[in-house]
Amino acid sequence: MAEILTVVEAADGSVKKVSLELLALAGKLGEPAAVWLGPGYSDAAGAVLAEHGAAKIYVADNADLVDYVVAPKAEALAQIMQSASPAAVLIASSAEGKEIAARLAVKTGSGVITDAVDVAADLTATQSVFGGSTIVQSKVTTGTPIITVRVNSIAPEVSPAAGTRVDVSVDVSSSAKTAKVTDRTVAAKGGRPELAEAAIVVSGGRGVNGADGFGVIEALADSLGAAVGASRAATDAGWYPHQYQVGQTGKTVSPQLYIANGISGAIQHRAGMQTSKTVIVVNKDPEAPIFELADFGVVGDLFSVVPQLTDEINKRKG
Amino acid sequence: MKIAVCVKQVPDTWAEKKLRDDDSTLDREAADGVMNELDEYAVEEALRLIEAHGGEVVVVTMGPDRAAETVRKALSMGADAGVHLVDDALHGSDALATSYALAEVLSGRDFDLILFGSESTDARMSVVPAMVAERLGLPQVTFAQKVEVDGSTVRIERLTEYGYDTVEASTPAVISVVEKINEPRYPSFKGIMAAKKKPVETLTTADAGLDSAQLGLSAAWSTVAQFAARPPKAAGTVVTDEGDGGTKIVEFLSEQKFV
Ligand SMILES: Cc1cc2nc3c(=O)[nH]c(=O)nc-3n(C[C@H](O)[C@H](O)[C@H](O)COP(=O)(O)OP(=O)(O)OC[C@H]3O[C@@H](n4cnc5c(N)ncnc54)[C@H](O)[C@@H]3O)c2cc1C
Ligand SMILES: Nc1ncnc2c1ncn2[C@@H]1O[C@H](COP(=O)(O)O)[C@@H](O)[C@H]1O
Repeated sequence: MAEILTVVEAADGSVKKVSLELLALAGKLGEPAAVWLGPGYSDAAGAVLAEHGAAKIYVADNADLVDYVVAPKAEALAQIMQSASPAAVLIASSAEGKEIAARLAVKTGSGVITDAVDVAADLTATQSVFGGSTIVQSKVTTGTPIITVRVNSIAPEVSPAAGTRVDVSVDVSSSAKTAKVTDRTVAAKGGRPELAEAAIVVSGGRGVNGADGFGVIEALADSLGAAVGASRAATDAGWYPHQYQVGQTGKTVSPQLYIANGISGAIQHRAGMQTSKTVIVVNKDPEAPIFELADFGVVGDLFSVVPQLTDEINKRKG
Repeated sequence: MKIAVCVKQVPDTWAEKKLRDDDSTLDREAADGVMNELDEYAVEEALRLIEAHGGEVVVVTMGPDRAAETVRKALSMGADAGVHLVDDALHGSDALATSYALAEVLSGRDFDLILFGSESTDARMSVVPAMVAERLGLPQVTFAQKVEVDGSTVRIERLTEYGYDTVEASTPAVISVVEKINEPRYPSFKGIMAAKKKPVETLTTADAGLDSAQLGLSAAWSTVAQFAARPPKAAGTVVTDEGDGGTKIVEFLSEQKFV
């Protein structure tokens, strides 16, 4: 069975959930292999990948891969593709994931499909486009299909495999080392789930009316074990940090449950949350376009509705 | 400093977008065309850079005849000149073909910086800037929320999942910008009048020396097998808060087994 390469994303050395989703998808298409690009690989990370189906784990432990923007990762993948001859390459649809896919496609003469929500055994990808109004089935016809997959599209599966470590030494050319990362600024992270991966997202917009107002949103999020998100109006105003922005130019989320509070539902916001499975809306304007997406909506003041909701949930939890 | 800005005409942000039944490409006739929003930020950033450092801004677009409107808009914001690649042979080009055509048009023109939006609202791929950097062999400093140029050094803040990276490269370089970077200006009346006299070079694929085998729908490396409108979502329940809004939501959540 042909190999399906999946590119691992990790944070602080631990494998992100999306990488396990890619392995689950790869398992439907061929023999899953994981590719670790950069330093920081550990046996613990390898064990997680193996437990979720990785038959092989290619480890390219080379600091150049993370010290320069994108180009070295694409080079490394192209080299691994040469020796592994995979049937397809799956990459997470993050901003960087898409850029890796872009360069890899040019390098290897392969077609690329971004933002797939599913891939069938014949490598036909399903995409949800135009804000979810159209479902497209597409297929790469030239080269090795390079497909980026949206977070939360597939459930990770426990499916133990060998997880054989294969060390690869990659040659990073000098032309790939031209955009140097000189500093990393990591925004303070709270104890809440990662926004892009969370099963429940509670978000607030201009209606939250200030940084203090986000206390109400956070309390609801904590009652549900959810991540907190924000509209651009709220992040631009400095009420909530930028990395929590949901939307076209923020994070794309696809949780089981999305609760939008004081958000009007501008098209750029919807672009980042439209594929949420269930949507709840609290907004005092009955005409707000976000209600079009609501499975359940309350027209009302979030400062009375949300605290009551939080109390009720906490009560039920006993 | 000579700066190119790649701008794309896209269907109006709020318009309902659809694919054509005949060849599954985006129906560009169905809606008014506008400049891709993020490209306005790229034009603005280019204008600010030459206001600070001196130089010239050239907007580059590939698109049908009426994409000339988008070139004109950038000129009325203050760009100095335009290049419009237009040819029926380009219809249906995928991102790979688009990046090939743009890279060919851009190369040999001695640009110090090539700016892009970080995503188009129609394709939403976020791949063209990285592809152009790859094809031209130039440093890629993309997803910039801040750009600084100091002699031949360009330094950006690259937005990441966890915050941002500071990235440094030498010019010439490829930059893409996110919307946090600035607030695009509106064209002034004077700008609109001045734009009418600014030079726009209109190129066919032959003028640009492009290999037609790499362009258009037939050359695309991926195809749309089929598409369908998603069945409209069943209308949800909307209630007005009468002091029990929170309780009502909990009842719904409990029916759906969330609590
Ligand atoms: C290039 C570009 C990219 C963009 N990218 C993004 C993006 O990634 N994400 C994003 O979110 N936006 C993005 N935007 C901005 C977007 O267009 C909207 O401006 C933004 O989403 C509005 O945020 P909002 O809904 O919080 O604010 P508003 O539109 O002002 O809506 C506030 C809502 O709160 C309600 N409200 C007020 N008070 C209360 C109360 N007490 N109780 C209940 N409801 C109340 C109001 O009725 C209103 O509906 C982008 C725009 C551009 C041009
Ligand atoms: N046809 C085009 N003409 C000029 N620039 C383009 C074109 N297509 C894409 N771009 C540029 O590439 C960016 C990213 O587009 P995309 O990869 O399609 O999301 C856009 O914001 C534009 O700056």
